[in-house]
Parts: sequence; structure tokens; C-alpha cells
Amino acid sequence: MRGQQLREAGRAALVALVAGAAITGMIAVASGSSGDPAASGGGALKSVAEFRSIAATDARSRALFTEAARVITDPRCMNCHPATRSPTQGDDLHPHMPPIQASESGMGVAGLNCHSCHRFENTTLPGTRVGSVPGAEQWLLAPASMAWQGLTLGEICRQIKDPARNGGRSLADILKHMGTDHLVGWAWHPGAGREPAPGTQEAFGALIEAWIATGAHCPS
Amino acid sequence: MAFSLNVNGRSYAIDVDADTPLLWVLRDVIGLTGTKFGCGVAQCGACTIHLDGQAVRSCVTTIESAGTSPITTIEAIGDTPTGHRVQQAWLEQEVVQCGYCQSGQIMSATALLNENPAPEDEDIDAVMAGNICRCGTYPRIRAAIKSAAAGVPAGKGG
Repeated sequence: MRGQQLREAGRAALVALVAGAAITGMIAVASGSSGDPAASGGGALKSVAEFRSIAATDARSRALFTEAARVITDPRCMNCHPATRSPTQGDDLHPHMPPIQASESGMGVAGLNCHSCHRFENTTLPGTRVGSVPGAEQWLLAPASMAWQGLTLGEICRQIKDPARNGGRSLADILKHMGTDHLVGWAWHPGAGREPAPGTQEAFGALIEAWIATGAHCPS
Repeated sequence: MAFSLNVNGRSYAIDVDADTPLLWVLRDVIGLTGTKFGCGVAQCGACTIHLDGQAVRSCVTTIESAGTSPITTIEAIGDTPTGHRVQQAWLEQEVVQCGYCQSGQIMSATALLNENPAPEDEDIDAVMAGNICRCGTYPRIRAAIKSAAAGVPAGKGG
């Protein structure tokens, strides 16, 4: 209660000093969610059982990956797999504001790392259009070799399987990463102001497991 | 909820909600008003402080997430060798115009120099892009950072 009072009192006293057009415009840019679940591809994922009617194993494998890719290509995932070393944000993948560089480490540059703003869990910001600042342990950008933005599903699929680009991961490692990693899991718990990725991490992991079990075939 | 904070080398017993941003704890509970509110959503950098030596935006850092890590604010940054050099460079370059954002600028500049003592222009831009100055003092900020990095006074920047 006291915290809320302090925030409200502080805003009332100080916002007049700085609330100019520049700041207002900045916050509008920072507001990431359209509020439209369809915009982030929300909804349930098909279960593995729903693919059993596809007789050809390789076709079933490609269909499983394509369904799992509804998560992979969701903005909650794509924003941290950008084509450059700067993340994007929002459902429209607009440039991160403020403009920051994740560097090769993926965690920022000397003097400004990701945790400067992104704490170890989502930080709710009541009364703002942003809703919350996302956060998790080890908040970081995917490596440059795992950039997804601008690639086709087939290209993403082949990249995910390629140990030279995926951090030396085997298919079993990929399943573990996709199905249990906490940062991947953040996509289903993105905090206020953001729509979660489709389905659940468990359902996503099951699709990846079935894709691997059917030969990990990729769409063309 | 009860918390114990170490701010500028001094311990404070604080009783606020766990999700209270450090900014309001510093300003309204402890009374250290040098750290400024700008946007409240980590977009402008005016509220930058050091938490365990790292620059953080205090408007989106809850007291709970701060744990027991030491906090340094603009009121004490001049007591550190790098912070003192930065403040002196700020004076020499006459960086400040209206001044509202400058405590955050100085905290970010000091964090930069603590990790990268000899930054190139692109290193400075990468870090300071997170701090907005509506007066447009960016050229003087960059000049002051270079001056502080060199450790010697330089000609006044633009």
C-alpha cells in the first residue's frame, strides 16, 4: 500500500517536470502489445495425437515442426532471435527502445547489460501502457548464429539442427532446451502487456519430441 | 515488509511493499532526491543508480529484487575515483543545461568507465543511448566521458 502511495505521489509531483512530447512519444513506442491475441499467434497448440493420421513419417515430422514453429515464430521468441545484435520488441518486432546493443555476449555492452532494466523476473508497472518490463534469470539475446528473423521455417529448422550454429547441441539437447529451459518458458509467462506464446511449454516440448522421433525432417 | 538497504555505505531499515521501486525508496523514504524520475518505464535513464557496481534503472528495480547488494547514488558517486573524475569532467566541459537528466548521465558514464576505462565513440554511444537528454547535451557528454577517461582536462566540447 505504501509503495503504491509513494509511486502515485512521486508521479504526481514529478511528471509535470518532464512529461514533454518526447517522453510521451517514447512511451508510446515502448508500448509493446496490441492487445490482440491473434497478433501474437495465441491459442492452443495441436497435440501430437492430432498428427497420427499423417501416414508418411517424413510428412508427419514436417507437420509437427510446422506446428511447433507457431511458438518459434511467435513475437515472444522472435524478438530475442533478431537478425542483428539488437533485440526487437512488441508484436510487430519493432526496434528495442531504448536502442541497445546486446554485443556478442548477448547480455549487453560494458557499462550497460540487459539486467540494467530487465530484472530476474517480470517487473509489473501498474498504471503504465507498457504493463511490465520483462525479466528472467540470465536475460540475454540468442547468439548471432541463431538469428531467426527473416528466415523461412525450413531455414530455421535446419539451423536449429546444425551443431555448428546451435551451440553444439544434439537433438536431445534441443529437446531439453525447448521443453524445459526457463528462458524459453518465459514466452508463456511474459508479464502484463504481452500475449503469451501459443499453448504451453509442455505441449511445445511434446511436439519437438515427436518431431525428433519422426526423423526431425524440415519444411522445404 | 521490512528490508535492510545499504545505500552509499550507510544502512537503512525500510518498511515498504516488496514491489516498491528503489527510486521511490531513495527519494521519498530515505530522502536522497538526486536520483530523478523521468519516464517510470526504463526508457530515459534519469533514474540510473549503481546496484552492486552495475548501472540499473531504479524506476523498474523493486526493493525486493535489489536484495542486499550495495547501492550507490549520485549523492556519493563523487567519492569514488572514477565518479570524481566524471564529475570534474562534467564541470570542465560545462555539460549541464537544464540538468534534470544529468545525475542519470553521470551514473551511466561512471559505470561505463568502470568497465571500459578507454571507450571509443561507439562504446560511449552504446551505453549512453539509454540516457535521454532533452536539451541535447550529447556532444558535451561524449567529450566529458573522453576527458574523464583520459584523466586530464580537455578543450570544451560542442
